[in-house]
Amino acid sequence: MTDTARPIIQIQNVSKRFGKVTAVDDVSLDILAGEFFVLLGPSGCGKTTLLRMIAGFELPSEGKILIDGQDMVGIPPNKRPVNMVFQSYAVFPHMSVADNVAYGLKIAGVKGGEAKDRVAEALELVKLGGFETRMPDQMSGGQRQRVALARSLVMRPKVLLLDEPLSALDAKLRAQMQFELSELQEKVGITFVTVTHDQDEALSMACRIAVINKGDVAQLATPSDLYEYPANRFVADFVGSVNIFEGKLTLDDPDKAAVDCPGLGKVYLNHGVTGPHGADVWIALRPEKIYLHVPGEGKAVKAAAQDAPDGYNFARGKIKGMSYLGDITLFEIELESGARIRVSRPNLSRHDQEDFTWDDKVSMHWRADSPVVLLG
Amino acid sequence: MAEQDWKASKRTFAAVSIPTLFWVIVFFLIPMAIVWLYSFGENRGLTDIAISGTLDNYKRATEWLYLTIFAKSFAVAALVTLICLIIGFPVAMAITFASEKWRPWLLLGIMLPFWTNLLIRTYALMMLLGTQGYANKGLGALWEGTSWLKTLVGLQPLPTWEPVQLLFNNFAVVFGLVYVHLPFMVLPLYAALDRLDRSLIEASLDLGAGHFRTIMRIVVPLAAPGIIAGVMITLIPALGAYLTPDLMGGTDSQMIANVIERQFKKANDWPFGAALSFLLIYAMFILIALQSMRKKVPEVG
Repeated sequence: MTDTARPIIQIQNVSKRFGKVTAVDDVSLDILAGEFFVLLGPSGCGKTTLLRMIAGFELPSEGKILIDGQDMVGIPPNKRPVNMVFQSYAVFPHMSVADNVAYGLKIAGVKGGEAKDRVAEALELVKLGGFETRMPDQMSGGQRQRVALARSLVMRPKVLLLDEPLSALDAKLRAQMQFELSELQEKVGITFVTVTHDQDEALSMACRIAVINKGDVAQLATPSDLYEYPANRFVADFVGSVNIFEGKLTLDDPDKAAVDCPGLGKVYLNHGVTGPHGADVWIALRPEKIYLHVPGEGKAVKAAAQDAPDGYNFARGKIKGMSYLGDITLFEIELESGARIRVSRPNLSRHDQEDFTWDDKVSMHWRADSPVVLLG
Repeated sequence: MAEQDWKASKRTFAAVSIPTLFWVIVFFLIPMAIVWLYSFGENRGLTDIAISGTLDNYKRATEWLYLTIFAKSFAVAALVTLICLIIGFPVAMAITFASEKWRPWLLLGIMLPFWTNLLIRTYALMMLLGTQGYANKGLGALWEGTSWLKTLVGLQPLPTWEPVQLLFNNFAVVFGLVYVHLPFMVLPLYAALDRLDRSLIEASLDLGAGHFRTIMRIVVPLAAPGIIAGVMITLIPALGAYLTPDLMGGTDSQMIANVIERQFKKANDWPFGAALSFLLIYAMFILIALQSMRKKVPEVG
């Protein structure tokens, strides 16, 4: 990545209303040159509308969008320095692969040998060399998507917009394409802006992610920050799997804090929270950050768990549900309070799943820096 | 699934198709066959027709006089189809891209004329185009206005208004046929355009194409099946049009259907009328055959 600090797209106080429905509500964010940016959110959150406003297919009701410093007001889609890969790929069915890729070049006035070279280069880039004369109906969905990619990349846009690029592919192909898209983005150095509702897709490909909820940016952060330091309950819940317990902040010092949760008991933290004393807060705890003890193992580990400043985080419960997923096993455990908590446990040996069964009484612990305290 | 069921229970299928089959055979195929046989016959007296297997009727039907009428009918029908296409395509585009709220009303507007009898519609059009009709009145008012304006600035007034002859000529026939056939063109065009994936149009714009180029390079080629269907569905009835040229045309604007009608009625020459009819039917068959030989545009799912 070169010149990372320079914003290539600036979205400034943009709102979009369709009749009475507000699809995008006063969004401001900068997308930096050369980064792989992902707009992540549930369906209907306004992320696609935002992407279509960058492309020029929708006009903001308020606010403005700048691409490379230039205000895009009044500039139609065909005059914008961005190109889009559509969710349905939108490969022209009556044109061969080469004609599809050359479509934009012809309009831009690139002719003859140069056009031919650039088409070949773009097809090589998406690993479709030799497919020039194929018709779209002779290709698989994945191949058609590569045509759509080549058709956009050949234009050498400042920004490539991708609308749910992987949603129509099967799981295996999707995983492979996630990898290839990241690789491609690094190779061509073009800013990619992708819209997706799939958090795995977002986490694996993005430099930065903007989580969108109800037309607004819920959090903008790197994938790991988003996962480990969610800013609110929506982000914590939407990105990954999480246990959320309501509680009151009873202790808040610079180096330690405690939250009293009716469901989970007293939760200790080895850092301050800077929230008002007695405030209603939420504790978010990821299932993989909870260590589940094999029945009878509990006592021995107690000592090891004593890294919390004021005691340690420890809980007991009964196994109410188990789902074996191969690499991990997911447990649903009923706590002594009656609340349920989800715990995942890696199957490190080939016999791990044999250690547990339904209604086993188990104990669990987690580090004092594992829970996240959420104020909203 | 349903198809499989039909194949499995052939008897049910046969039972259901018998009424339709009966109808088609008794009221369509048999009368057509009789007319076809007549075309190889000759008149014996006033009502008797002897089917002698003669080809004289066809010989007469391919005489220069009738060939020119055939050619003229083709020319008129082709012109009507072309005008319908030129007017109908933007209309179909407008309906396709109208908002959800407006689309049903626009479609209703296109279909509304079907609810009125053709004869009544034609008479209404004649009232509009007559020398005392609104078209002429409007033109007359414009003329008078211009004349008055000229006197106002001190120029010589225009000569007195003479109504324009808008009826009983070839113009009236083409105008009337376009008026009658336009919905037949718009509906298949709309059906084809409505199925078109919008993102294809957006992709074309996104790649730098303007609206005109997008229509010519993307919309028209992909709507080709609808365009061809619309052309056929307009061209074939226009070719056999009878009422419009009869009522709105002049002495020189008769089409082949008017000639055929005259053989069956005034001229009382059924065999010759039958021969002309079948030449027209063969011409339509050729058109349909040409259409079905066209290369299909592959669909991408």
